[in-house]
Amino acid sequence: MGAAFVAESLSKNYKSVRALDGVNFEVAEGELFGLLGPNGAGKSTLVKIGCGLVHPSGGRAEVCGAPAGTRAANARLGYLAELFRFPGWLTADEVLVLHQRLSDSDGGTRERAELLELIDLSRAADRRVETMSKGMQQRLGIAQALVGSPRLLILDEPTSALDPAGRRIIRALLEELKGRRVSVLLNSHLLSEVELVCDRVAIILAGRIVSEGTPDSLRAGSGVEVETDSGVKHFPDAVRDEIPAIVDRLVADGARIYEVRTTRRSLEDVYLEAVEGQTG
Amino acid sequence: MKVLLLARYVLVECSRRRVFIVVPILSAAFLGLYWFAVARVFATSEFSSVPGPFDERLVVASTMLGLGLFGSFFLGVVLIVFLTFTVARGDAEQGLLQPVVVRPLGRRTFLIGRFLGAATVSMLYVILLFACCVLITRGISGWSPDNVVQPALELGAAVVIVGALTLLGSVFLATIANGVTALMLFGTGLVAGLIGQIGEALNSPTLENISRVMSWALPFEALYQSALTSLTEGISGLSGFLIRLGPFGGAQEASPGLYPWTIGYLAAVGLLTIWFFRRRDL
Repeated sequence: MGAAFVAESLSKNYKSVRALDGVNFEVAEGELFGLLGPNGAGKSTLVKIGCGLVHPSGGRAEVCGAPAGTRAANARLGYLAELFRFPGWLTADEVLVLHQRLSDSDGGTRERAELLELIDLSRAADRRVETMSKGMQQRLGIAQALVGSPRLLILDEPTSALDPAGRRIIRALLEELKGRRVSVLLNSHLLSEVELVCDRVAIILAGRIVSEGTPDSLRAGSGVEVETDSGVKHFPDAVRDEIPAIVDRLVADGARIYEVRTTRRSLEDVYLEAVEGQTG
Repeated sequence: MKVLLLARYVLVECSRRRVFIVVPILSAAFLGLYWFAVARVFATSEFSSVPGPFDERLVVASTMLGLGLFGSFFLGVVLIVFLTFTVARGDAEQGLLQPVVVRPLGRRTFLIGRFLGAATVSMLYVILLFACCVLITRGISGWSPDNVVQPALELGAAVVIVGALTLLGSVFLATIANGVTALMLFGTGLVAGLIGQIGEALNSPTLENISRVMSWALPFEALYQSALTSLTEGISGLSGFLIRLGPFGGAQEASPGLYPWTIGYLAAVGLLTIWFFRRRDL
């Protein structure tokens, strides 16, 4: 089966501003792909192109083999926008009914009950949206995105309005979706969240992907620390394979070695290095 | 049919949103005021019991019904502007549009559905309001126009055209700007109609031409004038002449091409709206 999402030489200009500049990446079936980047980096433009809300200036985007924005693509897509609202006069259940009909879902009452259960809103099924808290509306938005069992879920800042308990629900949901082989393109500012759940991550800056890989591969090569009788020596660019040579050199210089360890950077370190490298 | 689904949601919205409670209240206030005005005019006027050169009761009753038709038109326009002025850009800025448009229905279906819903509600509303005015006038004066269906449908069509123009504006303009533009366009059409009436009274071809051009450009005005004309088309002689001198007399007869033009105009505005909306980044 092909990729759930493909971006190929994707570019977007807003008059003189180049929001995307030749972006290439793929989201495989069942993969959870995280997009990281500062405000204005082009993340939202990218996901909006994927949903057909924004037209690219060049390149192409595909959703499950269909050009992004077409009915065929949208039929396989679930989308949670960063800024969204549902009509306040609808109840939670009615929002889902509307989206079931619009997406030709035949899930009926059972699908709605399952989705509301999944995001812990079962007891609010008959509550009007206008009476819900922001966090409840955000969770309802996620349930709405899951209507019709989409093959690709595009989530733009899904946890931005959630408290820690709500975030945990979404993390558990993402893990479950991974188990169901649903592909997810996750756009988030929360590095720890991306680090916890994503299979692969891309860091996007000024419309370009500057770093891409698994969270482990991005964190790798993060240096060696050696505790000696004269203090801790740092070798920030060293990798694990270089440890014997480093130890030999220190011993030859007369140092006594007490402990050797590789240091692991967090995704936040990687992200900040990438951002500072591009903007500093 | 997703078009009908979306249209039905506009009807549900009208039945549920608190702001729409104002519509029946203000409509009842308008009808109450209209009833009071007609009742007072007929109660206080001293109509001659001897047949004169013109029928005073007929002139008063038809002029008052013309006023009722204008009031219905105005309220119908306010309603359809309110139902359509945020549909594209306004709703996109609020985030209401994105979850719906991303579904497999296409932007064209979305627009047609929303417009169909707004047009149905507004047409029914304006026709109902006008029918109430006819009944009030008949109940008090004993007069009702020979032709009621044609002016009612023309009034409905006029309101739909204002809605179509507002929908087109909603693709480009932010909410308030679009609402203001739509109402100013409506006002411009009314002024053009008055210029035509003045031109007719003063026998000024220049003023009449200005009005004619504006009526083609904004055919809701021509339809409104045609509705006024239809109301009094059975009244001849001095009575008819006096009625047509007034602001609600419908002095300007519609061109035979008005209906085809209206259909073509609506289609062109609709296609333009869809064309621009499909190209817009949301």
